Amino acid sequence: MKKMLSKNTFITLICLGVSFGLIQLLISQNIINAYYQVTLALICINIIMAVGLNLVTGFTGQFSLGHAGFMSIGAYTCAIVTTSMPTTTGFLLGTFAGAIMAAIFGILIGIPTLRLRGDYLAIATLGMAEIIRIIFLNMKITGGAAGLNGIPKFTNWPWLWFFTAGTILLVNNFIHSSHGRACISIREDEIAAESMGINTTKYKVMAFAIGAFFAGIGGALYASTFFILKPNMFGFLKSIDILVIVVLGGMGSITGSVIAAILLAVLTTYLQAFTALRMIIYAALLVVVMIFRPQGLMASKELDFTKFFRIKTKDGEKVE
Amino acid sequence: MQQIVNGISLGSIYALIALGYTMVYGIIKLINFAHGDIYMIGAYIGYAAITFAHLGFFPAMVISMIACGLLGVITEKVAYKPLRNASRIAVLITAIGVSLLMEYVMMFFVSPDVRSYPAVLNNKVFHIGNVIVNTQQIYIIVTAIVLMVVLQFIVHKTKVGKAMRAVSIDKDAAELMGIKVDQTISYTFAIGSAMAGAAGVLVGLYYNSIDPLMGIMPGLKAFVAAVFGGIGIIPGAMLGGLSIGVIETMVSGYGSSLFKDAVVFAILILILILKPAGILGKNTREKV
Repeated sequence: MKKMLSKNTFITLICLGVSFGLIQLLISQNIINAYYQVTLALICINIIMAVGLNLVTGFTGQFSLGHAGFMSIGAYTCAIVTTSMPTTTGFLLGTFAGAIMAAIFGILIGIPTLRLRGDYLAIATLGMAEIIRIIFLNMKITGGAAGLNGIPKFTNWPWLWFFTAGTILLVNNFIHSSHGRACISIREDEIAAESMGINTTKYKVMAFAIGAFFAGIGGALYASTFFILKPNMFGFLKSIDILVIVVLGGMGSITGSVIAAILLAVLTTYLQAFTALRMIIYAALLVVVMIFRPQGLMASKELDFTKFFRIKTKDGEKVE
Repeated sequence: MQQIVNGISLGSIYALIALGYTMVYGIIKLINFAHGDIYMIGAYIGYAAITFAHLGFFPAMVISMIACGLLGVITEKVAYKPLRNASRIAVLITAIGVSLLMEYVMMFFVSPDVRSYPAVLNNKVFHIGNVIVNTQQIYIIVTAIVLMVVLQFIVHKTKVGKAMRAVSIDKDAAELMGIKVDQTISYTFAIGSAMAGAAGVLVGLYYNSIDPLMGIMPGLKAFVAAVFGGIGIIPGAMLGGLSIGVIETMVSGYGSSLFKDAVVFAILILILILKPAGILGKNTREKV
């Protein structure tokens, strides 16, 4: 994919634009009320987090159980910046500061841990996320166990849409670039990739840092949407939540992540009344899906919008 | 000295849980996240046996071990066996799903409240020099040692143990030699889960409180212990469990108890980076 605006990107843009307009219309008609808007925000945040994690786990094949750690870094950074500077500029600054902080930590954590493989990497990242959580629990600036309150709210549908669409487009373009191809080759066979001259450590750290960057954005939006932050919000379960979206949607499928994020959020909203049963159904669903469809809903395929619109490609060029 | 005694009794519990992790990992290369929750259920079964059936410590522990062993086998048959040939990540996610399922099913049935454990051991305190040892600690350490000796005996002297070792070295070759692989894996789960059940009852007695989410942290720490000693190696799990227990009590005794979990995970990461095969493990070269 040499051009930035290939047919596929173009159609993705159209779809994203249509979804923006449609939901904006529904909000303005008050069909999506304040209650569902929270769900909407959660969907967008989960999409951002899941697409970022999918790049690490689904495309590069590095199994991370510590995504919530990066999310918390983004969330706290954004919360501290926006509290001291409660303007839209402050919000944007906080979001990007959060993302960059998360990415820096992603690199710092990634360089030593990404030498590990498979289960060991999963456990190491889990440990890192726990350490980050415990540090936040003991820091003054983050309010300790009580956390931070009264974070100004700036997220609304246009901003959420902007960040979600941006994440999807950037990750999509990254995957189809030569860097992305290198990442996919590491997933397929690390030793073979290395012998083909790919600097595996560099690309693994790169994917990890990009994943952390988007986790930072997701965390920042989370802070801005829900007013309060506590270190225990970003425990092991949060990492699992995001991983479940990635696996359920299909590892290596961005559209899969998007679909799974929406499905799970809808499920959560409808089961809100049955709090006790909600987690049981959620866990049972997870086990059942893994037993009967371990590759996830979409496997590694993408929902191909070009097929959807029946667009013929010129001179047999394959559309990705 | 006092901290070391406390550390060893805590470490014995970690070691018992870590044994289950390491055995299951050794045989099917799966981090059984549900293991910590089997330990939690073991604590509840012991609680029920003591409170409702008015049993003593040993009958309650034996009942808990048998029930947990069965639960482990059922989990394996229902959730992990269909995924024997699936990708590692799919199995790991299933394990996490099973873990969540157990936690919330228990929460649904026994309510998420913390319950206090009935005291079945008459608690005496012994002074040895200036070290204080109580009856519970002695029970914990003795039970752990007995169970570990029994385990060593099963693994090294019985036919099942031989089959387990064979399967963990090479599953396909073991199958060709006429070993029933599925049956052996079930035995492994049964033994490992029974150990976790015993640990659950011991923890209930030691800390006096149980709740449906109690399995997460000790589960993770026991896993750290298993990695610390070298995953898949049974003596490694014992050594790892004891070391993690002692380190944890040392940190909370002399440093800050707020950081004890962080220190445990920091050790995990250091071990993984410096010597991923664990203290007792051998480094293996990767083949293409």
